[in-house]
Amino acid sequence: MKCSVAWLQEWIKSPFDIKTIAEQLTMAGLEIEAIEPVAATFNQVVIGEVLEVERHPNAEKLNVCKVNIGETSPLQIVCGASNVRVGMKAPVALIGAQIGELKIKQAKLRGVESFGMLCSAQELGLVESAEGLLELPQNAPIGQNIREYLQLEDSVFEINITPNRGDCLSVQGIAREIAVLTRSDWISPEIKTAQTTISDMLNVELINSNACPHYVGRIIRNINPQATTPLWIQEKLRRSGLRTLHPVVDITNYVLLELGQPMHAFDLEKLNGGIRIRNALKNEKITLLNGQTVDLDENTLVIADEKQPQALAGVMGGAASAVDKQTTHIFLESAFFLPTLFAGTARRYGLQTDSSQRFERGVDPALQIKAIERATALILAVCGGEVAPLIQAIEPDYLPERPTLYLRVERLKQLLGVEIPVSEATRILRDLEMDIQIKTSGWQVVPPTFRFDIHLEADLIEEIARIYGYEKINGETAKYPLQIKTPHQNLQRLQTILIQRGYQEAITYSFVDPNIEKLLYPERNPLALANPISSDLAVMRTSLWTGLLSALKYNLNRQQSDIKLFETGLRFENGEQLAQIPTLAGIATGRALPEQWGSASRAIDFFDVKGDVESLVSNLTFVRTTHSALHSGQSAALMCGEQPVGVMGALHPKIAQAFDLTGQIYLFELNLNALLRNKVPTFVALSKFPSLRRDVAVVVSQQIDSIDVLETVRRNAGEWLVDLSLFDVYQGKGVPDGKKSLAMGLTFQAFSRNLTDADIDAALAQVLVALEQNVQAVLRT
Amino acid sequence: MSNLEILLNQSLAIIASTSSLTALEQLRVSLLGKKGDITQQLKQLGTLPAEQRKSVGESINRVKETLQMAISEREQSLKELELNLKLAAESIDITLPARNYFKGGLHPVTQTLQRIEQLFAQIGFSVAEGPEVENDYHNFEALNIPQSHPARAMHDTFYFSEHLLLRTHTSPVQIRVMENQKPPIRIIAPGRVYRCDLDATHSPMFHQVEGLWVDKDVSFTHLKGILIDFLHRFFEREDLSVRFRASYFPFTEPSAEADIQCVICNGSGCKVCKNTGWLEVLGCGMVHPNVFKSVDIDNEIYTGYAFGMGVERLAMLRYQVNDLRLFFENDLRFLRQFN
Repeated sequence: MKCSVAWLQEWIKSPFDIKTIAEQLTMAGLEIEAIEPVAATFNQVVIGEVLEVERHPNAEKLNVCKVNIGETSPLQIVCGASNVRVGMKAPVALIGAQIGELKIKQAKLRGVESFGMLCSAQELGLVESAEGLLELPQNAPIGQNIREYLQLEDSVFEINITPNRGDCLSVQGIAREIAVLTRSDWISPEIKTAQTTISDMLNVELINSNACPHYVGRIIRNINPQATTPLWIQEKLRRSGLRTLHPVVDITNYVLLELGQPMHAFDLEKLNGGIRIRNALKNEKITLLNGQTVDLDENTLVIADEKQPQALAGVMGGAASAVDKQTTHIFLESAFFLPTLFAGTARRYGLQTDSSQRFERGVDPALQIKAIERATALILAVCGGEVAPLIQAIEPDYLPERPTLYLRVERLKQLLGVEIPVSEATRILRDLEMDIQIKTSGWQVVPPTFRFDIHLEADLIEEIARIYGYEKINGETAKYPLQIKTPHQNLQRLQTILIQRGYQEAITYSFVDPNIEKLLYPERNPLALANPISSDLAVMRTSLWTGLLSALKYNLNRQQSDIKLFETGLRFENGEQLAQIPTLAGIATGRALPEQWGSASRAIDFFDVKGDVESLVSNLTFVRTTHSALHSGQSAALMCGEQPVGVMGALHPKIAQAFDLTGQIYLFELNLNALLRNKVPTFVALSKFPSLRRDVAVVVSQQIDSIDVLETVRRNAGEWLVDLSLFDVYQGKGVPDGKKSLAMGLTFQAFSRNLTDADIDAALAQVLVALEQNVQAVLRT
Repeated sequence: MSNLEILLNQSLAIIASTSSLTALEQLRVSLLGKKGDITQQLKQLGTLPAEQRKSVGESINRVKETLQMAISEREQSLKELELNLKLAAESIDITLPARNYFKGGLHPVTQTLQRIEQLFAQIGFSVAEGPEVENDYHNFEALNIPQSHPARAMHDTFYFSEHLLLRTHTSPVQIRVMENQKPPIRIIAPGRVYRCDLDATHSPMFHQVEGLWVDKDVSFTHLKGILIDFLHRFFEREDLSVRFRASYFPFTEPSAEADIQCVICNGSGCKVCKNTGWLEVLGCGMVHPNVFKSVDIDNEIYTGYAFGMGVERLAMLRYQVNDLRLFFENDLRFLRQFN
């Protein structure tokens, strides 16, 4: 909320310092986000009256004006504003005036001398943007300094009002806070009951009194349609960010800002009979003041006449009964809507207004009559008119009850950890306008009607604490009882392994482009957001690859060619039940080693990435598989025993093409839960006898997987085999076409004796027989 | 001068000038070998009269020993010389770049998260986790944010259906922990959170760390104490000013926001702190009675505090990163700066 500081000062008896009060309000929960001057820095700008306007001889869009600034002779000023006309009053910057960075000098504009500048509101820093000159009222005194006339030595507080403090969305509310914090009195403008001069009434029927338990209205007849909003109201509205529209509307807005009661004025002539506060009917529509036509639903409260809805209650009035330049008879409304029933209405229709904001957060249920009297008095003063009696419809049963609370001295201390003197706490509660009775061990408290946020003992404790000052409650660090905890470091271990193998961690969005999801996983049905922020962030990822591929592409587009990325996070499998699966995934492309003088350059291949995966989990088996996103000949399911724990492989060329990626790209994805089991190693006794190694090369068909050869060796070499390595795979000269040679090193060792050549020969013979039988292997000689 | 002396002097001169181990060996053989000059002289001792044999023999042996010593010394020095030459020949350019592997690193947000976790782990907080696709109950209702609550407008929520949403904060983990565990409870809950908001200072996904301590006699003073302590350690500045402002969260009462003195300008006012000298870094408060009610913990016996902080915000301040969006672009040139 924006509010003029001068306006606040009008409400406070003793003068306050802006900086100090801003600090105090901030600390007490009304955060001052900015303190802005109400106008630009400028001087020597006075009120002038335009006496003559003539077309510039050499420029179509310029006029040469004679402007009276109260000196003996008028000034000649060249002006480009389209609204300039004889008789208007406007600000004139004199020669020598400084407006922000701009210095006004005597100048020749297209050959005509100009002795100053006629100014717009924008040029004086009064508004963000404005067209044409700032038109001042006819009674503005010629020659007076504009800063003085508009009282521009003022600042605006921009206050962040938290949702619980709806009572502070008004000058009155903030003034009450200032009064408590500075321990001074606040003064309200005098509000008297209007003298009625006519007796016109309108029938008001509370049909949904549940949502609107209090409705006050009044007819005012014969207002002056030519009246204009006085400058002091215009300026206060402007400083709160509101535009001047129509005197009646401006006054209701003024009361909204001043007291916090949203109001509405209908053109009485445009209403069809009495007022009905009811829910909208099926298929009802309303065209609102902003020109928008909305279809109403049956949960929406409307202010209707006998024929149709005339306002979306508490949000915006309808266009059909709006006041305009011809309006002479009005019906003023001041109502209370229950926040709980009102909530969501504005959002449902996408219409957040100053009024809806206040009703959502709560308006003082005791404020309606005061507000309508204030508005009546202002309308009479500005537009004249004849006032009819108040019309009041009330359903006391549905009005919020003021709770009776009990605050214990003991509880105050328990929650805050400090002892606030009872007298101090009592003083604070009284200053906050609570009705209190001191009891033996605490206070009985009834909060004022405007503090509808206070329901509990804890709420009262917060009130006392924030006024007492959080800064006066010391921090205490003594209470750190220690406890032994199992360290949480499994994930960090995996991250460290990948980092050491050259992977950089990425964090990508959990919501992804549905088209990319579809491309990678045509068979999956990702969980879709009902309100995505954009169409390319519309579904929850079913795999971390979606984001990693985009990150890879992003980097390739920025001249990075060696890319290894990993990410950990949830992926979302949308089956019968949604599964949120902790996952670790990686992507790699480019060279296996950084470019350097000592090692030959080589591209990353399947086996580099396989090594990365194996470094994360031991005892993995790699089983040929097919996967929609992977190359059919270069993809593996990762198994931990019988349990599938992930998948790896080369990106499918079709997908690479769709992404416009060249070069081999490898991916892996692992289920983190399967990886995060703490494994405790079990010791195996060491042999005291020497080991023996024999190398064997066999020739097998190219179709045979090496794992089948190695497994045959492992299973048939007997108990003495302690190590088996595959150290060469060869095709070419000396090996028949369609075959490959596999060279293996077998290391044997017995636990309790020396092995002999005969022992090893026997073991090898068994191995070769089994190899021949299982994989048709022939010993290479 | 006897012949022997002449031989000795000549031989010593030759030894001293010998420049290779082979030549030295040849010289040794020619002097001390089986047919060497000295050996020959010793062999001829028998031809001398008996009374001379002893003294001549002693002289020859002295010369022999002297020569042996000289040869051995020369051999030592020649070997050393040779080694030095070999070492000199084997010298390499040690300034050549090392044989390198790619270096990876953790994302700065993860590093920040881990730092926060480590600091709180020291005082006995364990890590708790919860789902990111949450239900309305845990994200709002149980946290005292009923359907009609205006605070819902503060959370621009991503929905899947009426009751299923992406969590807007890590606070639902509080509820999940308290539903399953009785006090004392001391947890932090790090993780991803989501809000439907995207501009220079808002990302639709970001990270939070939630903290919760529930026990007998936990009060606002403890909350202040622990958070001031934490902020001092996190920013590694004992003199960092911290202030607590009254604020509002539906799930705490009293509520506060903690500001630190701007770490960029040290409080004198700059763009980062919008000239206030203060930076808002976390929200906190005493757990609201309604929250305790929803998890069936007796608030008369137990009290508790909760706090929540934005990880990206803390990472930006710690590493002086000036644009939130950089964290999610995953540009390697950015990420590698934190390795």
